[in-house]
Amino acid sequence: MRMPTTPGAGRAGFTALLALAAGILLTFLALPLVALFTQAPLGEIPHLLSEPVLQEILVVTLKTNAFANLLIIGLGTPTAYLLATRRFPGRALLVTLVELPLVLPPAVAGIGLLAAFSAGGLLGTPLQEAGISIPFTQWAVVLAITFVASPFYVRQAIAAFEAVDPRLADASRTLGVGPALTFWRVSLPLAAGGLVAGWVLAFARGIGEFGATIMFAGNVRGVTQTLTLGIYEQLDSNFDLSLAIGVLLVILSAAVLLAYKMISSWRTSISTSTSLFRPSQSLQR
Amino acid sequence: MVGPSGAGKTTVLRAVAGLARPARGHIRFDDRPWFDAAAGVWLAPEERSVGLVFQDYALFPHLSVRKNLAYGARSDPARVDELLERLRIAHLDRTKPGTLSGGERQRVALARALARRPQVLLLDEPLSALDAHTRAEIKVQLRELLGELALPTIFISHDFRDAIALADRAAVIVAGKIRQVDSVESLARSPTDAFVAALTGNNVLRATASPGEPRSTLTLEDGQQIEVPARAAGSVGIVIAPGDVEVLAAAPTDGDPANALRGKVASLTRLGRRIEARVGPVEVECRAEDAASLLLETGGDAWIRLPEEAITVVPLDGSAATAAEPQRTLPASSTQRFE
Repeated sequence: MRMPTTPGAGRAGFTALLALAAGILLTFLALPLVALFTQAPLGEIPHLLSEPVLQEILVVTLKTNAFANLLIIGLGTPTAYLLATRRFPGRALLVTLVELPLVLPPAVAGIGLLAAFSAGGLLGTPLQEAGISIPFTQWAVVLAITFVASPFYVRQAIAAFEAVDPRLADASRTLGVGPALTFWRVSLPLAAGGLVAGWVLAFARGIGEFGATIMFAGNVRGVTQTLTLGIYEQLDSNFDLSLAIGVLLVILSAAVLLAYKMISSWRTSISTSTSLFRPSQSLQR
Repeated sequence: MVGPSGAGKTTVLRAVAGLARPARGHIRFDDRPWFDAAAGVWLAPEERSVGLVFQDYALFPHLSVRKNLAYGARSDPARVDELLERLRIAHLDRTKPGTLSGGERQRVALARALARRPQVLLLDEPLSALDAHTRAEIKVQLRELLGELALPTIFISHDFRDAIALADRAAVIVAGKIRQVDSVESLARSPTDAFVAALTGNNVLRATASPGEPRSTLTLEDGQQIEVPARAAGSVGIVIAPGDVEVLAAAPTDGDPANALRGKVASLTRLGRRIEARVGPVEVECRAEDAASLLLETGGDAWIRLPEEAITVVPLDGSAATAAEPQRTLPASSTQRFE
């Protein structure tokens, strides 16, 4: 009669299997980052980063992202508040529409934006008549970033507004404060943590935007060339500069991720302290 | 307004405050319509003058106690100071609500509601979120405060004892309908249906009535009978307050005294000079001075008497008599499901 393997040995074997899989995946994920830092002429980086080419790229990146983020926050916040606090037919459809760019391939976003705004496009003709041409301008970069990055903000913002106890807004109203001021004085401050977390993600996505931008705005240095497009262009002419931009973006991304995690844990600690105010589930809205 | 959970109490408060819009009916304050379905009148919450204290207080967690009070549209620093003093929360003025105790939160919520000088005060289960000790304390403070304020106040509770402690008049609400509105004493003394009778702490004994003139005979479920000087028929409830039941020192002889019942003492609690017992199906309350009470012994038999003048006969739910049951439709109620 064969003895069954002891359970202890089975458990150890399983753990070893898990560790092996994790080891392979994590090594693969870390490899490009390690390669980037070992291949990049780290000593040259300060010099490379001061190159006028990169200065131009940085200016374009910051300018377009600043505008795009203004659009995302300025239009996304009211949209999220509306979708979070009102129930109406078609709401689920609108939420899906807001989220769609998350799963849309960037190339499709690019071709879609072209179809909408280029000459002969859906809005292109009236815009042309008004003397406005958007494709291959800095505005095109802004629109591309807004299109692909806004869902990251709006999704988080909806969740943040939904997490605010609706009775706090009710309380505000019975205290004589109208809906707009209630939004400003109660909902917005209480959702602020979630809004910032969403914005950090949207910002990161905007900085990394490549596919839609190159199709809709092109890769014109000083006009539409952002950091990611810069890496792509410098690949052949100045590989070191590409690597340097890469290092810069890795550091930026890590900082963004860290910021997001810090904001998230800060929010958790805040929400635990306010959870005493959560309504019991049996109560009606 | 007293009723079981799910009766629609909170919905009524929300309708008065303007947070829920009923399908029909009207709400008026001082002849000023706040809501009138027929006329299409609807004032937003901020246009009404109500102070609503939410069941779990709904204090703004991001604002200090002082800023919670100062939040209201018409509150001014002097008013805030006055309320901080009056509700004894001045020492907490810089504290955020998250660290306050239940009793403190309640006082802050009350002060915040009063800060805008409302014309109506609405309290949603003001005592339910508190532990027993705080509850008793707050009840006393609340009664004093409500007396001083002299504001029309609607408060809701599932516990009739809260109504006894705090209210002059009470409405019993069940499943969206008001069953009876009266002074708190009258509700307990002359309930018009079995639910109100039980809610106000009375015994409700099931019996079958055989009508007679001028007296009717009521047969209890165990076959014992009592008589009442009223006409009753069918399935009825015999309503009597525990304190009105008498404990007899001896078994009745030849039906004297009348309306005596025999039962086993199921439970017996002596609280100082007060004695609470359950004899058969009847809750009895008597005082230790009462000599007959000495005969009560858990597990033993006892004789009790239901004095006919203390008995109210009500129709039982589901019987034919229920059709005559007084029911009033709540003006503010809507067709939607409550709570």
